Amino acid sequence: MSSTVLDVHALGINFAGLQALDEFNIQVKDGEIVGLIGPNGAGKTTVFNLLTNVYRPTRGSITLKEHDTSGLSVHETARSGIARTFQNIRLFKELPVIDNILIALNKPANAGWLETLLRKFGFFRLSTGEGMSYSWLEAMLRLPRYWKEEKLAREKAMQLLSVFHMEDLADAPAGSLPYGAQRRLEILRALATNPRVLLLDEPAAGMNPSETAELLPTLREIRDRFGVAIILIEHDMSLVMNICERIIVLNYGLIIAEGTPEEIRNNPMVIEAYLGQQRGE
Amino acid sequence: MTRMEKRIFKTTWSRYLLNTLATAALITVLMVLVDTKQINKYNQGLLIQIGFNIILAVSLNLSAGFLGQLPLGHAGFMSVGAYTAALFTKGVNLPQSVAFPLGVLVGAFVAFLFGILIGLPALRLKGDYLAIITLGFSEIIRVIIQNLDFTGGAAGLRKIPKYTTVGWTIFWVVVTLFLICTLIKSRHGRAILSIREDEIAAEASGVSTTYYKVTTFALSAAFAGVAGALYAHYMRILDPAYFDFMKSAEILVMVVLGGMGSIIGSVFAATVLTLLPEWLRDLAALPFFTTLPAWVGKVIENRMIIYALILVLVMIFKPSGLFGRYDFSLGKELDRVFRGIRRLLGLDKRSGKPSKGGEN
Repeated sequence: MSSTVLDVHALGINFAGLQALDEFNIQVKDGEIVGLIGPNGAGKTTVFNLLTNVYRPTRGSITLKEHDTSGLSVHETARSGIARTFQNIRLFKELPVIDNILIALNKPANAGWLETLLRKFGFFRLSTGEGMSYSWLEAMLRLPRYWKEEKLAREKAMQLLSVFHMEDLADAPAGSLPYGAQRRLEILRALATNPRVLLLDEPAAGMNPSETAELLPTLREIRDRFGVAIILIEHDMSLVMNICERIIVLNYGLIIAEGTPEEIRNNPMVIEAYLGQQRGE
Repeated sequence: MTRMEKRIFKTTWSRYLLNTLATAALITVLMVLVDTKQINKYNQGLLIQIGFNIILAVSLNLSAGFLGQLPLGHAGFMSVGAYTAALFTKGVNLPQSVAFPLGVLVGAFVAFLFGILIGLPALRLKGDYLAIITLGFSEIIRVIIQNLDFTGGAAGLRKIPKYTTVGWTIFWVVVTLFLICTLIKSRHGRAILSIREDEIAAEASGVSTTYYKVTTFALSAAFAGVAGALYAHYMRILDPAYFDFMKSAEILVMVVLGGMGSIIGSVFAATVLTLLPEWLRDLAALPFFTTLPAWVGKVIENRMIIYALILVLVMIFKPSGLFGRYDFSLGKELDRVFRGIRRLLGLDKRSGKPSKGGEN
């Protein structure tokens, strides 16, 4: 029933001789929730930075929906269907909540003259997404397409906000929101790019236990409503064990275990990575 | 959330209508004053200067305040626009009513091209480095103009037709303000702001930061070109030495003083700083100052000293500029006034309807 959306093969990166990640393989199916765990410095965020093309891999390949994403720029990757949130929240703090979402609601097909030109010569191979695509001139002269698309985009943005019941906050500056709401807004902004794969970097960090508990059903709802696969980096083990269908454990840049939550819980290699070797054995 | 109170100018169309009427009224008053000679030739010149200074400040604000990239070579783009437009109107044999607007547009376009040309390498850098490299480029432009034959060289370009009138200046100021305001409140404007707020997040949200940086920088240059074209047809002589670093710094002072990211701030600062030398001259001529030693009057008359003093004071007491990032909306302000009146009269019943998402 479900097909593979993301296929990562033998990914590796080298920072000036330091092997930060090696032989990283992962296949993510449509609508799957995968956990990525490991001790500090294991290379979890490095995986995200590679998937979003912030870093160029030394070797290996990333295939999204049968398209190779290597060589795309960061913003093209974002538009091609991989969206992410950040470990330390990165919102457009002084802009209203709704603008934070509207910024991500752009149609990639009509990105601008420079990109359109490059696209003609086959530089960009991927395009998904919906949203605004009116030109500079249409914006500056307020031509009909501006009004039409802005109206639709605003409705779409309000719809997204309603996922977390944040419609009332639409006009507040994003930086004024409480911490948990800022994390949720960041997830919504990522969803606005209409991704196939959503990368969440510690979504529960800094949330209190009740907020974390709320996150669990919401993540499932997002998966079902938007049909995205989710890769989740998280230190909150109860969240990871409860929500993930599959967990990958990283240590020193290598996958040391992969399996269902139950298998991971009882895997001696994982216990060793987290707690160290038992003395006397 | 707080309940929104009743607003009259809520719909976008009512606000557009209001703004159009207000602008038309302002223009009519100014034009009538000019036509009936209430504003003399000298003050008309001041009005024109205020006009192109507003265009310069607002256009620099586009890249310094909204994009968040601080360039220091705005005078360079102004000179490109000025020389291109002047050479165009001198070269073509067209009636004034065609040659002048066309010349301004050609000047803006060539400045736009220079903006792209310089922006592509320069915008790879940030902060101080960007400021220094743009300063370098504008100096290069000046030196090239000084050494070319068809630009008149160091002696300057002469015999430019005097086309710039108060009417044309107002027209271009209104066009500039309208285009920049509408641009900021669009998907492109939001993309520009997102780069100022967080470049990494902007990129992760699908905003092509390079594309937006270069295009915004070039647009900012194009409007500087418009101001240059107006300047050229007002002064009738172009001296390359005028477009030096001090001119760029002067424009930057207007933007910083008014508030980076505030259009009304730039308009205000450009107006005040253009009129300042006049006020200072009048001030120094007051009987009180004439009794003091002569150097006091000299200090007061020297605008650069006063500029510096004002800038230091503003930076101490309001580092974000006089207006910060506030921007003026006539509809909102009038609504606030009407609300105040209703409250004074005790008519405010606070409608219980929850507010809808505000437009613009």
